[in-house]
Amino acid sequence: MTVSIPFYILSAITLLGGLAAVTLRNTVHCALALTAAFAGLAMLFLQLDAQFAGFAQILIYIGAVAILVVFAILLTRNAELEATSVFSRTWIAGLAIAAAVFTVLGWAIMQTASRLPEAWPTPQVTVRDIGNALMSRYILPLEIVALLLTAALIGAVIVAMHEKEGTK
Amino acid sequence: MTPLAAYLMVAAILFAIGLAGALTRRNAILVLIGIELMLNAANLNLVAFWHYGPNPGALTGMMFAIFSIAVAAAEAAVGLGLVISIYRHTRTTDLDQINRMKG
Repeated sequence: MTVSIPFYILSAITLLGGLAAVTLRNTVHCALALTAAFAGLAMLFLQLDAQFAGFAQILIYIGAVAILVVFAILLTRNAELEATSVFSRTWIAGLAIAAAVFTVLGWAIMQTASRLPEAWPTPQVTVRDIGNALMSRYILPLEIVALLLTAALIGAVIVAMHEKEGTK
Repeated sequence: MTPLAAYLMVAAILFAIGLAGALTRRNAILVLIGIELMLNAANLNLVAFWHYGPNPGALTGMMFAIFSIAVAAAEAAVGLGLVISIYRHTRTTDLDQINRMKG
């Protein structure tokens, strides 16, 4: 069993979007490329029969996180010096670390590729199953995530709130 | 290459791209974008292992991915709030210029 043509197209969209998101000069273009990468990933989730995760990816990442990133870019936009590089002074070290990490990951995948499971029957999981699991076996993690989201909501508002004059 | 290995390879490349972005960009928002890409690569691994694993009916990998998406959303909100707060203090999001602990 080999990989299908849609997989190649979707992974190309994802990887090119991710690459553009971290290399482009204009930050708004970066946010747009990031959205393309998120959309490609959502499509890959749908390819893997993970409908709920795919649509959650679209709703949360494309609908919320990408919009949040665009808001942050527009709020912090100032006269960016066109002459300076977009990359940090220590970019060679960062690139070397990333290349080393990828080498290790790729080596590990290639070493175990022959022992990975080939093809199991396609999982038939409905949203009803996921809801039942969330309400029975995973009820405690669900409550903790609800608490975490509430704390993050309040924390983000407090951190980004205008400070009073004179306390700065 | 088996399909699972192909998915794992795509996730590894995406993780490396995100790591390179987080380590090399100067803009703090672009660093957060790199971190988001890394989290997404991990999610792709989880869902791929869930699909090709021996017991997908248990939903373990899928649940991991869903909770990971929720935590990543919280992380993005707090992270971007911090970037806006830092920008208000220093008038810049250039990480090479933000080099003081004192406000």
